[in-house]
Amino acid sequence: MKRVRIPIVYAVCLLFVGLLLAAIPAAESGYQVGDTARDFKLKNVDGKMVSMADYKDAKGFIVTFTCNTCPYSVAYEDRLIELHNKFAPKGYPLIAINPNDTKASPKDSFGDMQKRAKEKKFPFPYLQDESQDITRAYGASRTPHIYVVQKQQDGTYKVAYIGAVDDNSREADKVQKKYAEEAIEELVAGKTISQPTTKAIGCTIKWREA
Amino acid sequence: MMKLKLFAFALLLSLAATKPAWSQEVEVIKYQDFEKLRQLPHDTLYVVNFWATWCGPCVKELPYFETAHKQYKDQPVKVLLVSMDAVQDLEKRVKTFAKKRGLQSELLLLDEPDGNTFIDKVDPKWTGAIPATIMFNNKRNTYYFLEGEMKQEQLEQLIQQYKP
Repeated sequence: MKRVRIPIVYAVCLLFVGLLLAAIPAAESGYQVGDTARDFKLKNVDGKMVSMADYKDAKGFIVTFTCNTCPYSVAYEDRLIELHNKFAPKGYPLIAINPNDTKASPKDSFGDMQKRAKEKKFPFPYLQDESQDITRAYGASRTPHIYVVQKQQDGTYKVAYIGAVDDNSREADKVQKKYAEEAIEELVAGKTISQPTTKAIGCTIKWREA
Repeated sequence: MMKLKLFAFALLLSLAATKPAWSQEVEVIKYQDFEKLRQLPHDTLYVVNFWATWCGPCVKELPYFETAHKQYKDQPVKVLLVSMDAVQDLEKRVKTFAKKRGLQSELLLLDEPDGNTFIDKVDPKWTGAIPATIMFNNKRNTYYFLEGEMKQEQLEQLIQQYKP
């Protein structure tokens, strides 16, 4: 009898483990620090396709999921420009990706993106992730959401930092901790990043209705 | 006579306790205050929704929470709407919004500009996107967390499932 029972117990246990694994929410999918990030080929506001591989001299990138419509994203536009201007010369240019489905969020249309990029004179590409595949692969959940990646010897991109720009979205002049900037400074200096993940309140990404 | 006086007093008290929509207040809290609330030992289902006036999907789902507040008024279910608006926007945006919408649920504003200091403490699964909703009853050890939009039927079903 016992010989029969043990496998059943095992089977039940396995089933439970399976159920537990299946219950892990989607929010935990996507990249963690240390993972290899995939490259992309997305349309920029100038109509040209952009990939990380296009930048031969870059040491890495500040991949930023942001959009036109989220007040938090808008509040951070000038600070993203500053980040780019500070770190592009050090080998870490910023690439902005708009993750929102334009049906769910019409003001994030390609035309609106072009308009905003022109108004703000973005010095970095502003790409549209029309299929939302890149957003999903990275695991971005809100805007703005930063992924700093570092180019490796073999040409792959390793995720070094995931998180917020800084500690005060509302008032740029009251910022005390520049989370992203500090992380990139450490990365550039070859140091270990002291705070490789941070969190901030932001807008949900507007996913395409299934 | 004494009885009548007592009755009148009780009536007055109960009237004062049911706040009319126009007098809706927004209590500004820090994370420690939220933590205290999170630890409340009562046999009550707390339904806490994190929202902001500027957040489209949040504003869209607020009526569901308002409906739940009204529907379970006489039951141990408490709906709390926690605004993530900046405290500078309290008068001009949050209170104006609450008044315009005639919000009846208890309103709080979490005055913590740096999300990184508290988001993980609320729930490590929370990435910081709003809307987000938590439900708990510490007496019964029930807990639920959702990041993202809530559907009305889903909220109704969850309250039915978790209410004492």
